[in-house]
Order: sequence, then structure tokens, then C-alpha cells
Amino acid sequence: MKLSMNKRLIYIMLTVMGIVYIIQACNRSPTNQVAEEKIPDSISYNFHVRPILSDKCFICHGPDANKREASLRLDIAEEAYKALKDNPSAHALVPFKPGASEVFRRITSADSAVMMPPKSSNLKLTSREISILEKWIKQGAKYENHWAFTSPKTPSIPKISNKSWIRNEIDYFVLDRLEQKGIEPNKEADKERLLKRASLDITGLPPSLEMMDKFLADNSANAYEKIVDQLISSPAYGERMALHWLDVARFADSHGYQDDNYRSQWPWRDWVIYAFNKNMPYDQFITWQLAGDLLPNGTKEQLLATGFNRNHKITEEGGVIDEEYRVEYVTDRTNTFGKALLAVTLECAHCHDHKYDPVSQKEYYQVFAFFNNVKEVGIESVVGGPETYAKKPLMEITNEDVKSILQFVNKQDTNKLIVSVMGEDTVVRKSYILNRGVYDNHGEEVQAGTPKSVLSFDNKYPKNRLGLSKWLFDKQNPLTARVFVNQVWQEFFGRGIVKTIGDFGMQGELPSHPELLDWLAVDFMKHNWNIKRLVKQIVSSATYRQSAVISPEKMQTDPENILLARAPRYRVPAEIVRDVVLSSSGLLVSKIGGPSVKPYQPAGLWEGATSGRGQLAKYVQDHGEHLYRRGIYSFIKRTVPPPIMGIFDASNRDLCEVQRSKTNTPLQALAMMNDPSVLEASRVLADSLLREKSSTQAMITKAFRLIVCRKPKEKEVQVLTAYYTDQLKAFKKGTDADEVLKVGEYPASGKVNKVAHAAMMGVITAIYNLEETITKS
Amino acid sequence: MEKNILEHGLNFNRRRFLSRLSLGLGSVALGSLMIPDLFTGGTEDAPFAPGVPDFAPKAKRVIYLFQNGAPSQLELFDYKPKLREMMGQELPASIRAGQRLTGMTSGQASFPLVGSIYDFKQYGDSRAWISDIFPHTAKVVDDICIIKSMHTEAINHDPALTFFQTGAQQGNRPSMGAWLSYGLGSENKNLPAFTVLLSRGRGDGQGVYSKLWTNGFLDSRHQGVQFSSGEDPVLYLKDPAGLNRFERRKMLDKLAEMNELSYQEFNDPEITAKVQQYEMAYRMQTAVPEVTDISKEPEEIIEMYGQDCRTPGTFAANCLLARKLSENGVRFVQLYHQGWDQHGNLPRDIKWQAEDVDKASAALITDLKQRGLLDETLVIWGGEFGRTNYSQGTLTKDNYGRDHHPRCFSIWMAGGGVKPGMVYGETDEFGYNIVKDPVHVNDFHATVLNQLGLNHEKLIYKHLGRRYRLTDVAGKVIKDIIT
Repeated sequence: MKLSMNKRLIYIMLTVMGIVYIIQACNRSPTNQVAEEKIPDSISYNFHVRPILSDKCFICHGPDANKREASLRLDIAEEAYKALKDNPSAHALVPFKPGASEVFRRITSADSAVMMPPKSSNLKLTSREISILEKWIKQGAKYENHWAFTSPKTPSIPKISNKSWIRNEIDYFVLDRLEQKGIEPNKEADKERLLKRASLDITGLPPSLEMMDKFLADNSANAYEKIVDQLISSPAYGERMALHWLDVARFADSHGYQDDNYRSQWPWRDWVIYAFNKNMPYDQFITWQLAGDLLPNGTKEQLLATGFNRNHKITEEGGVIDEEYRVEYVTDRTNTFGKALLAVTLECAHCHDHKYDPVSQKEYYQVFAFFNNVKEVGIESVVGGPETYAKKPLMEITNEDVKSILQFVNKQDTNKLIVSVMGEDTVVRKSYILNRGVYDNHGEEVQAGTPKSVLSFDNKYPKNRLGLSKWLFDKQNPLTARVFVNQVWQEFFGRGIVKTIGDFGMQGELPSHPELLDWLAVDFMKHNWNIKRLVKQIVSSATYRQSAVISPEKMQTDPENILLARAPRYRVPAEIVRDVVLSSSGLLVSKIGGPSVKPYQPAGLWEGATSGRGQLAKYVQDHGEHLYRRGIYSFIKRTVPPPIMGIFDASNRDLCEVQRSKTNTPLQALAMMNDPSVLEASRVLADSLLREKSSTQAMITKAFRLIVCRKPKEKEVQVLTAYYTDQLKAFKKGTDADEVLKVGEYPASGKVNKVAHAAMMGVITAIYNLEETITKS
Repeated sequence: MEKNILEHGLNFNRRRFLSRLSLGLGSVALGSLMIPDLFTGGTEDAPFAPGVPDFAPKAKRVIYLFQNGAPSQLELFDYKPKLREMMGQELPASIRAGQRLTGMTSGQASFPLVGSIYDFKQYGDSRAWISDIFPHTAKVVDDICIIKSMHTEAINHDPALTFFQTGAQQGNRPSMGAWLSYGLGSENKNLPAFTVLLSRGRGDGQGVYSKLWTNGFLDSRHQGVQFSSGEDPVLYLKDPAGLNRFERRKMLDKLAEMNELSYQEFNDPEITAKVQQYEMAYRMQTAVPEVTDISKEPEEIIEMYGQDCRTPGTFAANCLLARKLSENGVRFVQLYHQGWDQHGNLPRDIKWQAEDVDKASAALITDLKQRGLLDETLVIWGGEFGRTNYSQGTLTKDNYGRDHHPRCFSIWMAGGGVKPGMVYGETDEFGYNIVKDPVHVNDFHATVLNQLGLNHEKLIYKHLGRRYRLTDVAGKVIKDIIT
């Protein structure tokens, strides 16, 4: 809901002219669009033409050979320039001559027999689109390779005028676009806001009071840099970074499908946190996950990393067809590989050639072939005991391992612990094109390979997952670095430089700052895929450090903040909502890793959706410290994921996800007001504040700083103090303090007055419910 | 009718204006006088004016009784004596004509035809054939329009369900209910425009997934809100123990006052949206328990839906709840009843399902009719595809299964300007192919939107540079079935 000052003014004017407004509303046009940009002087195929052709023409004249009409394809220059098959005297495109181009004749024809797109398609070119195509043909109808399939080269740093604003290279690229549009970036955010932002982004936790005080008092030039270094080296950094990766890797604590019983895959998650914390280079991080089992002299740690490709759902439903599900798992790995590491929608070529991108169905199954040789079955066992918690191939993590080579695995008992990992079959399984994607409908046999439009598979690499990793990190691979850099950027700015994080293809969005993306990607590769370095680079930029204030002009010109003339302002992810509450109240148990935990959850959810089989038929809530672990450790049963997480847009971990939505709903308000975790945190924090025996104002100020991470304004202290006085009265008068204070299992100190306790708890609950509390601003 | 539309527009704009005004003037009024309507209005940037139909609507609301798992048309609505005659014989290749098979039967060596184990009779003025396991539906046959010629593109549950609910097989498009919420807003400012109710039968359940009621790329307030008929009908709805409404109200007023300070500093519209969401939450806390309370329903109503309706979470309870929500202005009530996926043991399992749904479905029609609401409420009953005319697994005298079949299946619609007492479309004598009046999923969507006064080609939303419709690029209104 975008509301600008101008529009508000208009509304006020309309009280006077209400009638006029109503009439306007009734005469509304169904496709009322924002005024369109003027047609650029120089038409670019990638930026102006291809989006039109892709959206309106490729469906019949694109890469899909089976659906191609009139044997004409418009996605390849030579094909489009050729004489038409049905009418050899004509050509679809004649460079420089729109009049002679069949394309132009047809898109401008009113004759329904020749008109393109045909009426039946319900697609229509706008007059602007027609003009763009016309101009493009006039300028030579030049095709360009798809930007994402061309290796990134270091672009030159743009020249800008406002040098004083710049902090690092990122800023040159951002400012360049802003200056071209005549927009000024925001000033730097105030120190408290900036610290909260960096702390939430880097560690997922709000800064402590000590950090805030120290940072506020530090006037040295590198104060911010010091605090960033401190945050990046905190163990919470690994947890924060892992959050996104667990979505990508569809990590969960249950097998999924109908019975959805328990799996013990959490040691893999512990490894991810560990790998981020020790700053494993991205190429190694991925290679181990894709092919740790194939590395020469492989270690147990490398084997554990391959759990990545076994995190997918696995059926335990008796009576299914084994091969069908085995193929399903291979498919999941293939699609995940495409989406997570290449940002190519490979899955669109599962049943037929891709309709938009140059990926044939055959190429899909060539990638599939890499993942098709795992020594696994479709259904290994039905719901059962501990031996079913991982499926073959699997590894055992012994008590000895966790004392030596796998110290990062937080194993808490001496029970047998097994994890599903990768392992190749000794005999190579043949791979085929699966006609229409049907598991047993074998077509032509294929050999492992990669889409040649991205990068042909070099025969010097072994034709297995290790070779695939080498291909991925080949200097010529145009996608790998860009895709990851873009994902990391999204974690800090809420939106990627390419907005469609999982689709760099023809139908994906174009990058908002293509040179910046390339610069970051090349720089990332040059510096040995160093993730911490990339993070530091991003948070050190002036772009990141801007204030999040939205001026009415910027709201008007760039409501989505594509140009980054201000810092983004948005709600933190689901898990971090929980972390903010636990951390600020002092309840957080900051252990790393271990089996996932089951905090408070409304009754009956698992029970209402179960087949009745397995140990997850009933939700058995944990107690003690397990109630106060970070959100990343909340138990995820796939068919019924934790409701509070879903309400705040967390992934259900069904499939690989690279982008969460950011909604704002009444259910979120209900959760913040009524979830026992929030109420308990309020109770516990109130208890400890009251024991300090300071003034009301001092208590409120401290609570506010802990939760909102800045000193309250005078007006805010006034409102909250008045609210506290009011609550004291209410609880004295009869609102039931005892009942209110019962929430949660954490013991009360018993040393504070109950009325004061309940009243202060109310104040703190209100602070937790402020919009700013769970927002980076 | 024109007057109605004008009034509609007038109300809509007045509400929208008030909500803006209250934001502009600060927060004092937020808690009391001028509560903005959350689920009613649209954004001014929408590509068409939400809240105003394109033309006079026949229906104001929809109740969609989705039969999740795909009920067999051959045991319920599509009477095929020929299949009994040819019991056990092979499906002629000329009929099958290259239809793709699911993973579940493609490996079968033979495809033995199987007729319904249950008998059919003709009912009502329409003389429609109805199975013996649907006696209550048989009684309302003159109020419903049975479409025997539905067909779809998907052959597996997830994509087929997603297709029916969102108009596309791959996820991430707005659900039908979300489209209607976007297109028409809510009639009740205290309830969401789109609500979801789940129930499951005794047989094996096919899951439901929250992506089925997603808002997709539309604003998140158009998302379906899941209701249960239990003690807390919406998650986290109840105030904490010991707190009363008055105290809650006070907290919200403080929050609004402080959030307004933030708004003054940041000018971020998300802040005002957040305040509105809190107000909506507050109103839901009162409105929802009132609506979901069935304790005041008279005994004859309980009897009509069946005693099951006293048990929260049953299909019967959800039908009754659907009537109450709809009656209170919820634009789109989406039910899912799981358990129709009878690959095996079909004779036993489909009877269970029929016992769960037949009485309550018919009661809903009768109940709406006696309240004078059927004319303005479109009720839809059906699954995501049909089932094969041949047996999956071994065929015995009294047991068989049926696999997924996308080429033809039956659904029914009632009220909301759909012709009552009609049977539309025909399949061949094998019940395998449509021979007359096919209705594609896109056509179905176009028709539903049409009944609500919306032109399916104009209800669009531009997202990432592409114009999206519920009917994507196809669909035509089935004029023959509407009054």
C-alpha cells in the first residue's frame, strides 16, 4: 500500500469535490497504467527488445521445438533473419528495414488472418512495444547474448561527482545511476539505527546494551568498522548466514510426504553454521556439498556436507512405486541445482524443452544424469524406529567423531546418530530423457552434461558430481558468482540486484545495476570466494549505511527503492522475530546446533494433520532451555511447519526456496500480541527490571533500548510511563495480575510486587508490538 | 442495478477516503471513530479499481466445497451402464487414444473396465442420474447444475489442485479467493474476505498445502485465512488469560500513538499498514468467535447438517461454519475435504466419503435457500480431476481402484445465477472422453468470475512486467449454464 503525500493531498481536496471523484471512479479504465517511459534513443536487445519477444512471441517462436509455429524462432538472430519456411521470399526480420520485415508487418496489421500475436493468444503488443520493435529493426535488429549467460568482466568504475559520499566501489555504481536521474542519496543513518541494522543483518540478534554504549561513545573514524568486525566474528554470524542456506537446501526435521516421520539430519545443519563461521570459501563450501564423497582422501566432514543433496523429501508410504520416487529425488536435486546455484529454471525443461530459455529437455536430463547415480532406492523403509531416521547412503557420527573431527556437531547423548549423505553406486546407472517427465517413459539415452548456452561441459572434468562442481567454479562459468553474490545482496537489502533471485533467464528480471553485479561477482572470484569479505564489503558501503527515511519525492519516483537512494526498511525474517524477543528479554540460550527443539505451539496442529503413524503424530513440547533457543532451531515438520514461522513468511522447506515474501497481516499482529513466547519474554524482562529498583523512567528506557535498540524519545517515554501508571491502576482495581503472570514456564523470581510486575509486563509487551521493534530501519 | 453499482462505488470511495484521512490526521481517531477497512479497499496503484464489479453481479459470495483427492465421477454423477456390461474387458485403445497415465497405472499390463458398484437412479424434474450413495444430494438435484464435462490438464494432485485454485499448475499465483478479495473486497470489515476451512475423511488423506490459498503476487491481505471450528478458531486469536478487551484496546491506542511517531520520522507506508493490521486483528478477535459459535443454532439446523456438525473440524461442521461466514459477508469461503484419492478399495472408501459429505452439502443448499441467500451465493462442489474407467490394481467382484483421469469429470454448481436443475455436458458411453460441451478449468474460472460481476479478461494484475489473470490467456464464460 503505497501512499504518497501528493495523493493524500488529493484525497483531502476530494472531500470538497466528492461527486467528481465518484464519477471518475465509475469511469475508471480497466488497465490504467502509470505514465510510460519515453522510448530510449538507442534500443538494447537485452533490456528493451528481448523482454517483449520473450513475453509475447517466444511461446510459439522460441526455444521449445515441439511448440514452434511455422518453424520460426525469434530468439536466435540467424533463424530470425532467414527466409521464412512457408514463404521463402519473406524474412521475419530484415535489419534496418521494418517495412520489409514480416514481423513488423504482422504486429502492425489489423487483418486478423495475419495479425501477430494472433487473437487467440490473447496477447497484445502495446503501441510502445511496437515502436520499440520498429526502432530496433531500424537500428539493425541486433541481437545480444543473454546478459546472464556471458561471463562477467570487471567493468570500469563509473565517474561520479559527489565523491564525498563514497565509501567503497559499490557506491560508485549506485551513485552513478542516482546522479543520472538527478536523485541524491540519503545521509548516513543515525548510529543507533545503523548498529541495529548491522547487528540484525550480520548476526540476527539485536545489539547488547554494552555494544550500543560502546559504539555510541566511540568517535573514532573506524568505529563502525570495528563493530562490523566484532559482529562478523561472533558465532551468531554463522547462524544468521545459515538461515538462508537452510531454505535453499530445503532442510527439515521430517521426511515429508504422507506420514512425515522424524529424520536426524540436524548434524548437517550444524556443519553449515560451522562452515560459515570459519569462513569456508564459497567454492569449497559448494564443492563439499555437491561432491564431498568423491573428493580424493575424503574426510568425514566432507561426507557430512553432502547431506545437502539428501535433504529433500523421502517417502515412507508403503506401496509406492520405488523407481517413481527415486526419480523424484533425482529431479529434486536437479531442480535445486538449477535454482540455487545457477538461477536457471531448469525444472521448466523437465517435461519439454524450455519455453523461454535455451535449455533443451535433453540438457535437463544431462544435468539429471549427474545426480542419478546415487546408491539409493525410492522407498527404503516405512515409518519405524531410529534406523529409519536416515536413509542409505548414510553415515554414522560416533561419540568419538564429535570429540575429534566433528567437534562442531552438538551431539547431546550417546545414542546412535545417523545422517543421510551422498554415495555413488559402483555401476553407472544409465540416464535417459524421460518423455513428458514420466519416470519410466524412457527416451533417448543421455550422458552427463551441462546446458551449452550457459557453458559447455569441459571434457577434462570427470563426468560426475565432482566434475560438475569444477564446471560450476570454472572461471568461464557466467552464473555461479553472480548468483551467490546476488543472494547475499538480497539478505542485506531485501531485494537482489536481480530481483528474481532464482531466475536469471529470459523471463527473469533484468539487473537493476548490471555493472555492480558484475563487479561484485568478479571481485568475489578474485578474492578466493571469500564470503566474510563480501559481507563486509556490502555493510561498509555508504549505500548500506544510508538512513531509511523515505522522502515523499523518493516515494513517488522510486517506491520500490530499486535505485537505492535510501536504505531499505523492512521486517526481519520469522526466525529473527523470535531471536529479537528472546535475546532482548535475556531468555536466549545461545548454544549452537544440536537436535531441533519444540517450543510452545498452539495445541492440536500436528494431531489434526497426521496419518497417526510415527513419532511425530503428536507434538510433544520441550521444556527448560529448549524453549529459549534461536528460531533457526525450531523443529520443522514439513507437512505442519511451526505456525508462527509460517505467519512470518518462513519457508515450509518443501522445496528449494531462494526468496521469501515479506507480508504484513493481521495474523502477525495476533501472534505478537498473544504468542506465549512474547508474553513470557515480557514477564521475565519485567521481573529483572523491577529487581533493579530504579525509577519507572529508567526501567522503561532500559526496556526500550534492549528491544528497540535505541534510546526512546521523550514523547515515547511519556506515553509508556502513562501506560505503566494506567496498568498499575488497572491491576490494582481487579484485572487479574496472577492470571496474566502465569504465562510461560520460566520461573518467576518471586521477589517483585505482582501488580507492578503485571503492569510492567504490559508495557514491555507493548514495546514488543511496536512496528519498529521487528523492523530494520 | 446501476444504482447498486453506483452505491457500491460510493461506499467504497467513502471508506477509502476515511481511512486515508484518519492516517493523515494522526492517530487519535484510529482506535475509535474511523477504523480503516483493511480487507475492503485496494491500493490506488491497482491496474483497475478494486471493489467495483464490471457489471451487475448475480452472486455476491462463493462457497467452494473442494473435494480434495478427486472423487470418482463414475460412482457419483456420471452413470455408465456400459461399464458394468463390459466389466473386466480391456479398455479399447481407440477410446484411450494415447491418454498419458500416471505413474501408478502406466506399468499395468491390462486396463480392465469397471462399472460402478453402486446403482444410480433418476431424480427431480431434471431427471438427473445420481448414485445411491448420494441420497441427500439427490433431493436437491433441482437446485443444482451438474457439469459432467469438466476437464483439466494436470494428472497429479499437487499440480491439479494448484491449477484449480490458482489457474496455473506451478505455484505462486494468487488463489481464486485472493483474486475475488482483490477484485471485490470484503462485505464485512471485521472478517477477512477469503477464509479457508479444512477437514478430512476416514480414508487415506492427500495433503493440503497452504500455497493453495496464497495471495501470490497480490497484496498479502488477500491471502486466505485459515479458520478452524475449535476453541481458537484462528491461531493466536484469544487474548492472553487475565486480560480483558478494554485493556487490549488501550494497548492498541498506545501503539498507534507511538507508531505514528515512527511514521512521521520515516514516512514509510508500511507503518500505517501495520497499524491497520493491528486494528483488523482486534476486530477479528470479537467478530470471529461470534461467527464461529454454533451454540445458538436451532436443533433442526443441526439435524439438517447432521450431528457431526457439532464436532469441530468435520466437513459437516465446516459447511455450517461456511454458511455462517458467508452470511456474515465473507466473500469467498474455501473448504477442502480430504480423502477422495481411491486408487484402491474404492467401493469401501468412497462410501465413507459420501457419508461424510452428502448430507451436509445438501443441507448447505437447503439452508441457504430457506434463508433467501442461495440466489446471491454461488456454491461449488468438486475435485481436481476425475478417475479412470478401468481398474487400478486387481479387479475383483467387489473391489477395485481407479487412477487419476483428467479428460472428464463431474462437478456441480448451485445458486448465484447458475441454472438450477440442469445437467450440462456429456461423456462417451465408456465415461472416458467428453462428447459434448467440454468445460475447461479456465472456462470454469471465467464463469465463476462472471457470476460475481467480473470480466475475467479485465480482472488483471501486472506483476514483473506481465499481466496476469486468473484465466491466464484462455477461458470463456459457459453461457448455457447461467440464467
